[in-house]
Amino acid sequence: MTGLAFEDLEVGRDYPLGSYAVTREEIIAFAADFDPQPFHLDEAAAADSMFGGLAASGWHTAAMAMRLMYDGVIAGSTAAGGLGVDRLDWRRPVRPGDTLIGRLRVVDKRLSQSRPGFGIVRAEVVVENGDGETVLTMVAPALFGLREAGA
Amino acid sequence: MWFYEDAPIGVTAELGTQTVSAEEIVRFGRAYDPQPFHVDEAAARASLYGGLIASGWQTAGLFMRTFVAYNDRLSAEMAARGEAVAKVGASPGFEGLTWPRPVRPGDRLTFFSTPADKRPLASRPGWGLVMFDNAGRNQNGEPVLRFRSKVFIERRER
Repeated sequence: MTGLAFEDLEVGRDYPLGSYAVTREEIIAFAADFDPQPFHLDEAAAADSMFGGLAASGWHTAAMAMRLMYDGVIAGSTAAGGLGVDRLDWRRPVRPGDTLIGRLRVVDKRLSQSRPGFGIVRAEVVVENGDGETVLTMVAPALFGLREAGA
Repeated sequence: MWFYEDAPIGVTAELGTQTVSAEEIVRFGRAYDPQPFHVDEAAARASLYGGLIASGWQTAGLFMRTFVAYNDRLSAEMAARGEAVAKVGASPGFEGLTWPRPVRPGDRLTFFSTPADKRPLASRPGWGLVMFDNAGRNQNGEPVLRFRSKVFIERRER
């Protein structure tokens, strides 16, 4: 539990996000639910595809990045929901056995005009696999409550 | 899928409709996005949202599920007519994603996709990049998702 509020998040600071072990079973289960294309479901079909082997759905990688953000920054914070994603890039396939690690940098923040007591924090998130290769980058704004709601 | 050369730029396809249940919202939330308003009805009532809402990543996943099903139907129809079917490849990413309204248990979401632009790829012979403007609406016609995606689509001419 980070206990972070809007006031605590420092522009320019990197927050480490921990790690996430990617399994074949989870890649296939997520794909069956949300992205049932052969290269996310079947090793032989994937070997014959643009991915050259079984790869996680990009939406699965994004969901795992969300879990990293939750565990590293959001749990116990005043976070009140994402506002969108300015940009997300899938740089490399995520494979069974990868261990994803992430970091989050606050790039700017401001008070919300429409929601008193809340601010908007824009963060750049980088997720790497265990070999130091970047697999996902994104820039996304989110709402955080102020510690002093009346301030 | 149609080939890169045949991309129907500016023509919107209705992809299909998905319903989302409270159980599915909580299951996804527990796995990937366990903020209180995605996993706990009582905490969600006390939140900004006044009730349980789906993780925006689940809404995006439901779009993808609908897009894949649409492409499977389209490809089967093309094959039945004796036409060659193009492969859909990876996606390098997307831009401008917003969740204009929350998705709540019982919502029926209808998704749409419009090829907006395309360009050839010098780096990947046999493939081109198509940009899609994607959208989702709930049963009241209110927008719940928008984004512009990029997808590799097979070329007819190498």
